[in-house]
Amino acid sequence: MTTTNRRIVQFTVNGNSVEVAITPRQTLLEVVRDDLGLTGAKEGCSNGNCGSCTIEVDGVTINSCCALGVEMDGREVNTIEGLAPGNDLHPIQKAYMENGGFQCGICTPGFILSTDHLLKMISNPTEEEIRLHLAGNLCRCTGYDKIVRSVQAAAEDMNS
Amino acid sequence: MRNFDYVAPTSLAEAVQAFGQAGDKARALAGGTDIIDQIRIGRRTPELLIDTKRVPEMMVFEGDGAGGLRIGAALPLSRVRDDAMVQSTFPALATASGLVGAVQIQNRATLGGNVGNAAPSGDTIPPLVVLGGTVVIAGPRGTREEPVGDIFAGPGQMTLAPDECLVEFRVPAPKANSSSYYVRFIPRAEMDIAVVGVGVALTLNGGGQIEDVNISLASVAPTPVRATDAEDVLRGETLTAALAREAGEQAEHHASPISDVRGSADYRRELTKVLTRRAVAACAAQLGVNVS
Repeated sequence: MTTTNRRIVQFTVNGNSVEVAITPRQTLLEVVRDDLGLTGAKEGCSNGNCGSCTIEVDGVTINSCCALGVEMDGREVNTIEGLAPGNDLHPIQKAYMENGGFQCGICTPGFILSTDHLLKMISNPTEEEIRLHLAGNLCRCTGYDKIVRSVQAAAEDMNS
Repeated sequence: MRNFDYVAPTSLAEAVQAFGQAGDKARALAGGTDIIDQIRIGRRTPELLIDTKRVPEMMVFEGDGAGGLRIGAALPLSRVRDDAMVQSTFPALATASGLVGAVQIQNRATLGGNVGNAAPSGDTIPPLVVLGGTVVIAGPRGTREEPVGDIFAGPGQMTLAPDECLVEFRVPAPKANSSSYYVRFIPRAEMDIAVVGVGVALTLNGGGQIEDVNISLASVAPTPVRATDAEDVLRGETLTAALAREAGEQAEHHASPISDVRGSADYRRELTKVLTRRAVAACAAQLGVNVS
């Protein structure tokens, strides 16, 4: 085995087909940030606890620090950059802004993608369902109440 | 992260060949939520990761034609957690599948990984054991099926040969008037590892007595263990609050826990009694028998 065992991997990111030459040890997070320049997803704990690296693969959220880029061949990857078209904001992004759902912002892309995943599964979640679904995203600024309110506001907006 | 090679076989034959050639130099990559972290921190140093998610047999999720279920070793736990048939027929397994990590972990982590890591704390193991689950193991010498409870050798160690791999789990149809329940204790609401976990499967006869009962304990011994003394005091009896308490006392005989950061050995023994009592009562309550 060499340290240059690169291979070509093809997948879609935010609807666009991409092709990268990567080594097996590159995590999906590293590929997305370093090879594709999409820096919305953040590296936090690097072990699947904090959720700041959350992205969507084949319709479900995962911790991209605990996945390899080479696993993505043929898969559909969506990041925070693809949530809303152009310069528009997604209703979830608006709700987080309007309800003080973030302060420093490091955790926010992960929270927003987890919120998106939740609202696709449960369009009008209870507070308990919100807190349970977001248990894999840690925030050290807000104390979570404003995040819960942001999710509730987003659900209300998207259901109206 | 240290480098390694990667292959993604697309058939069971290819996978068996890959594991057979690499032996202990390879590890399975299913959900990756443990192995990738283990490589990053240097706890495991495989030269090859074999991605099992493109092997159809390892992604199977269907009925067995007789009321039971086949679950591929590489299927994400969120699929098990959300399945209506699992929720109604094997509630302990649905519960446990929703307790492993958070949603992002459950969208990746698998039964094969949770069982294959052979952690004494694996949440899905007691449910699989009490439900009579088996696992199909493939290797160069052929395919075999073993009870899930029989494949653990110690913390982090299975009885499998290094060139074998887990293919699928099989959970047989429960008998009439049966239910199952899994409960664990953690010091917070989510995102932790069981200090103690208890799985119970219970069958009542026509007269309301306990016809059969299986109890399995997590995090109290080097491997998941059956609490046969507790099962013995329950079998054939009508459940009462006092009997559920006695089952808890008996379950403690099977606990040989360690003290660690999550709890002392004494605390784990006490939890074993309390959680066994609660799990037996809760399982019976699902069948309409209320004792607490």
